[in-house]
Formats: sequence, structure tokens, C-alpha cells
Amino acid sequence: MNVNAELDTISLVLVYSAMAVYTLAFISYALDLARRSADKPAKIDGLVATDAGGAPAARSSSVGAAIGTASTATVARTTAAERRGEGAGRAVREGREKGSPSLKVGFSLTVLGFLIHLAADVLRGIAAGRVPWANMYEFSLTMTLIIVGVFIAVQVKQDLRFLGTFVIGLSVLILGVSTVGFYVSVIPLPPALQSPWLVIHVFVASLATGFLALGFALSIVQLLQYRRELLSLELQAVKLRFLRSLPSAERLENLAYRLNIVGFIFWTFTLIAGAVWAERAWGRYWGWDTKEVWTFIVWVLYAGYIHARATRGWRGNRSAWLAIIGFSAILFNYTVVNLFFKGLHAYSGL
Amino acid sequence: MQPSRPSDYVDAGARGLADPDDERSSSDPRRTDAESSGRGDITQPKLGLVGWLRFAWRQLTSMRTALLLLLLLAVAAVPGSLVPQRTSDPNGVVQYKADHPELFPVLDGLQMFDVYSSVWFSSIYLLLFISLIGCIIPRTRHHWQALRARPPRTPARLQRLAGYRNSVSDADPQTAIAEAGALLRQLGYRVERYDSEARGAATYSVSAERGYLRETGNLVFHAAMVGVLFAVGIISGFGYNGQKVIVEGQSFTNVLAGYDSFNPGRFFDESSLTPYTITLDSFDAQYGIDQTTGAAVPLDYEAHLTTKVRGEEPIEANAKVNEPLHIAGNNAYLLGNGYAPVVTVYDSSGEVAFSQAVPFLPQDGNLTSLGVVKVPDAVPEQLGLVGFFYPWAVEQHSGAYASAHPQPGDPLLTFNVFSGDLGINEGIPRSVYALDTDGMTPVAGGEADAAAIELRPGERVELPDGLGAVEFTELKRFVSLDIHHDPTQLWVLIFSVLVVGGLAAALFVPRRRLWVKATVAADARTTLEYAGLARGEDPTLDQAVEDLAARHEAELESRSKR
Repeated sequence: MNVNAELDTISLVLVYSAMAVYTLAFISYALDLARRSADKPAKIDGLVATDAGGAPAARSSSVGAAIGTASTATVARTTAAERRGEGAGRAVREGREKGSPSLKVGFSLTVLGFLIHLAADVLRGIAAGRVPWANMYEFSLTMTLIIVGVFIAVQVKQDLRFLGTFVIGLSVLILGVSTVGFYVSVIPLPPALQSPWLVIHVFVASLATGFLALGFALSIVQLLQYRRELLSLELQAVKLRFLRSLPSAERLENLAYRLNIVGFIFWTFTLIAGAVWAERAWGRYWGWDTKEVWTFIVWVLYAGYIHARATRGWRGNRSAWLAIIGFSAILFNYTVVNLFFKGLHAYSGL
Repeated sequence: MQPSRPSDYVDAGARGLADPDDERSSSDPRRTDAESSGRGDITQPKLGLVGWLRFAWRQLTSMRTALLLLLLLAVAAVPGSLVPQRTSDPNGVVQYKADHPELFPVLDGLQMFDVYSSVWFSSIYLLLFISLIGCIIPRTRHHWQALRARPPRTPARLQRLAGYRNSVSDADPQTAIAEAGALLRQLGYRVERYDSEARGAATYSVSAERGYLRETGNLVFHAAMVGVLFAVGIISGFGYNGQKVIVEGQSFTNVLAGYDSFNPGRFFDESSLTPYTITLDSFDAQYGIDQTTGAAVPLDYEAHLTTKVRGEEPIEANAKVNEPLHIAGNNAYLLGNGYAPVVTVYDSSGEVAFSQAVPFLPQDGNLTSLGVVKVPDAVPEQLGLVGFFYPWAVEQHSGAYASAHPQPGDPLLTFNVFSGDLGINEGIPRSVYALDTDGMTPVAGGEADAAAIELRPGERVELPDGLGAVEFTELKRFVSLDIHHDPTQLWVLIFSVLVVGGLAAALFVPRRRLWVKATVAADARTTLEYAGLARGEDPTLDQAVEDLAARHEAELESRSKR
């Protein structure tokens, strides 16, 4: 067994360790969500309850002034609740340390898992002597790393730790399937992949996926929150209670939008970088290869999403559905297209 | 990107807060958007032909139609990934026809094998682009006006606006407003001063606007999309591409007859081919080993070429995967390679009836390759040979051969030989890679009495019945080059860069107005009011107003201390 194979083995052990830590983080996040449906809302903090009458948010005078003022021209449906949400975000930034113990434990474990995951990914790269995203296994490893990385990074600007169950759950699932189903030992890079564009194209695609995954999760919560907001106060007390400590549907929609447009830019870049590379490697920049088709479909769906946000009657739930369909297409592109469709992107290594 | 449509994007109905000069917010009774379509009892004036055309045009250029066309485009692109396409996978289409003989004509009638050039796919994207153009032209005009306009008059009641805050200062109102104006200018705002006097109370204010780049980016993005379509749709017509297999030691000349296959663009003119030659001097392939499976994996392919453009000195050049050869405005891509054994066939009279390097098509990763030799000049009967080439032949338990490695460690050539009519005299085009053996008699191998012939380099085997002999004279390699002339590339690249740049500006540059107003209160102190208005998505507007107020107050503070 040579050195590289040993490094690869260590990398694999680290991947399993990261998965174990992530699983614990997942449990903590799930406990946190369960706590949020517990009886005493006073204990739930970190994010201000939408149905708490806005009282906590009104602490800041600017927010208090904003309540009851008219909406801006842009966000035609911007409501007082939305303003409270904005204020709540600020209140959260001020009180960063807030959050249930299980949420804090979950987030700490996420960071720990991320570091182990990072080490695993770097070791795999060293073992291979190139960037660790040249086949399905390596791509899954790096993509989940970036999804978790983006999740950790956005917390600086916005407390989205409540998405932990989704993000970590998705990552553990992908890692699990990849280690069991997609694992291949290090093999040299085929000539078609020997290009600097491998570094750029695939990395940016993963980055886009990271942002769009968070946007997807927010859109799902948004739809749930919307359903909850339609309920009567009595029903709200018993149904979908874990959502009560989360931002309003309007606020969730705006957060999702901000993540999705970042993801969309990266996706656009991925598409163009892929075209430039395709020109070098295959002699044409666009040839409706199956993977190209699906990258295009995803791009068009998110373009539709952005337009929907600016179209009367399409804001809110409809645009959220588009974001959800868009991300589903990404998952389809990554799984079914990679594994079962015939095409030039046949680099899964399986 | 979001406020791209004149009639029904969400800003359009936000009256009162919209500009008085903003005609986009004027409502059109014929418009059927989500809000007005619910009320069916509006008596509409009779529409003449022009009216109907205007109506159709407004419908087409409305945001909702654009959105639906976008979604339709996404859905319409799906089938092309489910069934093979003639452009990207022609062999797949042939296979599909063989596998689904009944379904094939139905799908073919629906243009399912040419989805991306089909009538229905084209009409969707053409409608989309017409809708887009119908939108960007008026918006460009409007934006051009906005770019030269001054920020609008300060609204009377700022407290209705976003991020409103007020404070009391001892500074002189005029100084305070001048200071605010300077500050805003420093922050990149376009600033206009509006002072008024009503009922004896003087009001001083600045109105500031920034983020014109947002709409500029938006328009650049959409115009660049049209540019991409134009480049692909029109300029590509001047391009061409062709394929050529070149065996070591042989040359290719860039004339129409020099290509094995050739796809001209719509406006292609044969005289646009620059005459040049490409000679394949040698071909190198390097292989590594997959540690787990032990299989050979390719590491590097390199074609060593000599190129010569007419009237110039010959140049040595290389082509690799990912590193095409550039020559006379063309790119030559190394897309395939394989073995081309030189086969010599002697006929019954002992004359050389055939002696050529025959490219064998690789069938697997170890380059087990399939090839056909047609000898029309053999006497007394034409000869056809179908066989396999194994670069590193290994005999399996079944007695069949396989190749163990793509390098020529132990090259072996096997042939089944047929005699009879090759069927190439009737003028029907036949593939050089297929042999129709229907009218031929097996001579060796297969159903023939004699075994298939096996040859190692340099060996010669006599055919049964004195039909002649076959010799494996020499082993050469071949490459297959894709030669492209694509005049769209540069244009598409330029437009793509504009797409990304425009998109980034359109999505991330906040377009906003800020106002600072100073009035003298009853106690002779100055009341300062701050407020903003978002034009497009602007999540940080409140923060911007807050920051401005804080900076302004700090400036006034330090000024009063001086």
C-alpha cells in the first residue's frame, strides 16, 4: 500500500468521523426544533416569535417607528410584520449568544464536523494529487463540505441555525450514500478532466448548490409558515408549533431570495465556465449534452423564480414553489443525470 | 432583473410613492393581471384591429407571459435529455429506432430527436426573446431619461417612508442640509436641493438617488441574452466543422474533399476554407493503473503534428485533449485515437490488391478494436475482411481473445474473410466501417470451414482455396480530429461576460432614494428627518438610513465643537 492509498484511507476514516459528528449535530438541531414546540414560549429565544405581537422587537426605537409605517414602493406587500422581522434580525445580531442549549451544541458540533470533513477532503486531494472533485464520490464529499461551509458562513450575517436539521440532514444523507455507493479509490485524472477549468467550474457549481440548498430550505419553511399564519390563533397553538419561534413567511421569503440570487449568479458562472471548458475539451461550447440540458433547465427555473418575485400574483408561495422545483432539478441533475443518463459528463467513476 | 416589465411587475401599481414622471404606473384597463382579472364586469371599449394588436403586444410583453414562457422553456428542454438527440448522440438515435420500432416514428414526428431545433422549442424561445426585446426597448428609453433626470422633489410627509427617523439639532437648518448633501454626494448619490416655504415655515431638504447601475445592469443583462441568441442563431451560419481521421505519416488538407464528414453552416462558402495541411508525425498515449481494479486508465494523449499553411514554413505543433491546435482561424480538437494496422492483401494472382493503414474503431478501454477491409480489386472475386485488433492479446478460457491493455504489448489481428460482391459498385454509399456480408461467401472464420485468420505484425497467412493472402505489414496509430471554424465564440464570450456583469449589478446594486429634511421647530431648534425609498429589492435600506443619520449627526456634532 503506497502513501497515497494510506492518505486516502485516513481520509475515509475522517469522512466517517465527520458523519458521526454531523449525526449528533442533527440530533441536537432536531431537539431544538422540538423545544420550539414546547409549551413555554418565553424559553425560546434567539429568533423572535412572529405571533408574540412584535413586542420583543419593539425594544429598538427604530423598529418601533417602522411598525405601522407604510410599505416601501418595492415590496408592495411589505407589512408591519415584515418590518418586525427586519427588526428581529437585528435584535438577533445583538443577542448572538441566544438560542437554546441544544441549538448551540448542534452548531458547535456542526463546526467540529466541518473541520473534520475539511481535513478529510484535503487529505483526499493530497492523496489524489489534484482537486478532490473529479468523480462522483469526491464531488459529493466536496459539495457537502461547501453546503455546510456556506451554512456556517451565512450565520455571520443572519441567524439561520434553525435550518440545521435540513442542512446537516441532507449532508449526512449525501455523505452516507456516497461512501457506500459512490466510493472509488484514487485513480489518475482522464485527459478530458486535465484542465484548470475543473478547479473553477466544479467548485463554483458546488458553491452555487450550497447557497441554493439554503434557499430551498427557507422556501419550504416559508410555505409551512404561511400555512401556519393562515390558521386561527387557537389552531396556531396546537399545529405546526415549532414554527412559532421562526421568522414570518414574508421574512423567510426575503431571506430565501437573497440566498437564491447569490446561488443564481454562481450558477450562471458555472454554466459559462462549463461552456468555455467544453469548447476546449469537446470542440464546442454548447451541444445539448444531457448535463448541459439540466444545467440550463435549472438556470431557467431560477430565472423564472427571480422574475416571479417581481410579478404580481407570483410573489410569495408561487415563487417559493419555483425555488423548490429549481433545487429539486439540481438534485436530479446531481443524482439521476450523473448516474443514469448517457452523456459526455460521464465522470462519476462508477 | 426583477422590475423588468412595464405593466405588471410589482412596482407598477405602487402609486403615490412612484414618480410622478413614471408613466409605467399608469394603469391600462385592458391589462389582465392577477388583480384585475378577477373583476369581469368592466365594460371594455370595442377594440379594432390595431387595438387587438396592441392588446396582443401588451400581453406578450407582460411580465406574466415572460414568466410563463420561461417555465415553458424549462419544461420543453426536458425531453431532449430523455431520448437521444441527433446532434449530440446520432448513434443513440439509430439504436433507439432499432429498439422501439413502433414508438420511433411517433416521436420523430414530434421532433423528439431534434428537440432543440424543433418548431415547438424554437417558437417558445423566439416568443420569449420577442417579449424580451419588446420590454427592453421602452425600458432603455425610460432609463435613458431617468439617467439625465434630477432626483425628484422631497415628499411632504417623510414619516410614511422606509427607515424614517428624526432628531433634534442645534445646527442651522441650511448648514445641516448642505452638510447632508455633501455627505450623500460623498456616498455616491446624485443630490438635489429642494427648499420651500409654506405658511411661514421654511423647509430645507435634499433629495438623493443612487443605484442607476442596477437598471443599467438589468438592461445590459437582457440585451446580452439577445446578443447570445443572435450570435448563435446568425453568426454561427458562417461556421463549419468537419471530422478527419489521420494515420501516422499521413496528411490532411483543408479542402472539402479532405474531410471524412463535413457540416457547413447556413452561409458557408467553400472559398472561405484556408488551404493548409496537417501531418500526423506520431501519436503518444500514456496510461496509468487504477489501483483497485487494475484496469488501465488513460493519462495523456498527445498528437505530434506538422502544420503548413500555404506560402509559409512548416511548423511543428501538438494537439492534446483540452489543448486544441489553432491554425488559420480554425481549431483542431483531438477527440479520438486508435490503431490503424497496415494490411496488405494479395489476390489469387499474387498481386498486391490492397495495402493500406486501416483505422480500427476502439470498442473498449483496452482498445479492442473493430475494423473492416474491403478489397474491390481482388481477382477473381472481391474480398471483404471483418476483424478485431487486440493491442495486448490475451486468450481467454473460452478461446476468444481479449485485450489486456491499450498499449501494443502483444498486438494481434484476427479476420473473418468473405468473398463475393462487396456491393460498392452500384453507387450506393456504404460505411467504410461496416461490411454487408449478405451476398458474400464465408472463406475463413465464422461459418466457413477454415478457421479465422490470426496475424501478428509482419506475419502473412494464405487464404484457403488459393484466394490469396493477407499480411499484417505494420502497426500505426491514428487520431481523429474535429476541425471547427466557429465565428460565434468571441461574440458569445463577450456577451456572456456582459450577462454575468449585468446580472451582478442588477441583483446586488441597491437602487434607492434618501431624503434629509430640516425644519425649524417652535423652540427654534432644528428638526432633522431622514427617510428612504427602495426601488427594487433593497434589504439594507433601513440600515442605510440609519447609517446616514448617524454620520450626519456626528458631522454636525463635530462641526458645532469646532
